[in-house]
Amino acid sequence: MSAPLYGLVLAGGRSKRMGADKAALRIGARTQLEQALALLAPHVARAFVSVRAEQRGEPLRAGFEQIEDTRENLGPIAGIIAAQERHPDRAWLVLACDLPLLDAATLERLVHARAPARLATAFRSSHDGLPEPLCAVYEPASSAALAAYVAAGRTCPRQFLMQSDVELLEEPNPRALDNANTPEEYASAMSALADGGAAATRRVTVQYFALLREQAGRPNETLETRARTPRELYGELARRYPFTLDAAQLRVAINSEFGDWSAALRDGDAVVFIPPVAGG
Amino acid sequence: MDAPFRFSRTPLDVAALRAALADPACGGYAAFEGWVRDHNEGQRVHRLEYEAYEALAVREAERIIAEARTRFGVAHAACAHRVGDLGVGELAVWVGVSAAHRDEAFRACRYIIDEIKHRLPIWKKEHYAGGDSGWVNCERCAAPAAHAQHREHEHS
Repeated sequence: MSAPLYGLVLAGGRSKRMGADKAALRIGARTQLEQALALLAPHVARAFVSVRAEQRGEPLRAGFEQIEDTRENLGPIAGIIAAQERHPDRAWLVLACDLPLLDAATLERLVHARAPARLATAFRSSHDGLPEPLCAVYEPASSAALAAYVAAGRTCPRQFLMQSDVELLEEPNPRALDNANTPEEYASAMSALADGGAAATRRVTVQYFALLREQAGRPNETLETRARTPRELYGELARRYPFTLDAAQLRVAINSEFGDWSAALRDGDAVVFIPPVAGG
Repeated sequence: MDAPFRFSRTPLDVAALRAALADPACGGYAAFEGWVRDHNEGQRVHRLEYEAYEALAVREAERIIAEARTRFGVAHAACAHRVGDLGVGELAVWVGVSAAHRDEAFRACRYIIDEIKHRLPIWKKEHYAGGDSGWVNCERCAAPAAHAQHREHEHS
């Protein structure tokens, strides 16, 4: 039995680097806050906005159900803890309000692949391979661990996930979780939205060996991809095929030489993901 | 010597491989043969299947052999590896080294087989007595390794 899912949008940040309230920035006709709530709606029975005490009456936030932080100066982790204190028997689908490129398919993947027996389900970042804490499901069982973590003086939710029993998923869309903390990042996200994300696809060939060949059901393929790096490409393929190996267990080769997971993919590249070897 | 490393789909001819290393200036020859064993980690193994990403494996093997020659100063070194289906007892990999003296021949031979096992993109599928099969190093370790790599990470 999995706990019913409630939604929480983290909109209590101070937006210092942006210089303007991130929740109020617009994505088309909606504010980022409204957009996050709209994305959550199909998946949760109730959705809340996480706020600090002084934000309660702000017009942008006043129209939604709120959960006020119960602890000060802890950053986003305070919002998650406050929500768990309010409804301890619910699992929380937590979203930051500054993910302008987040799409419905990414959230569907998260909810669909949720592992209720673990403490949380989250994506592995397409940029650095680490868990993304602010687009994740936190199970009721995580509340004791989170409270202990904060009691030990720690506040970083990413490090919390790194040391916990967490289900990690590859991102279906490598830019979905790009967060926009500065005006420059926001502008970059807006231009990505303007070209419909259709910008810059490249044609690459992928050759599969051993376990990956069996799981892909083919020895090779040529594909058009928006992936910019081998890491993003593996994330895309891991969504299509039932791969059991994590990128962390593989090496990558580009054009018949060992390569880097974050190298820029170019048109015409031949990519091979190398499972753990066993020659000799 | 023309090709210091090659893959073979047919049984290896050790006499021919050895003959290619002959050199009047060499007083020592060392070789290693890797054979298909009938058991692994408690399971009875019936046969093996080797698969390789040959383009990259050949390049990497040539680098390993060049490293061994430079490090140990041996005269000649070569390696051959099977791909495809192999039965128990068959020769899967052969390494041979010839040198002026035995010590560097032994050491270079050991270096080459150790590096070959760790660095070449070659995979081994074991077929067990009960009918099961599995890719060595890929099946049982699928989940836990992911968590071992994480490091402490500061971010804003």
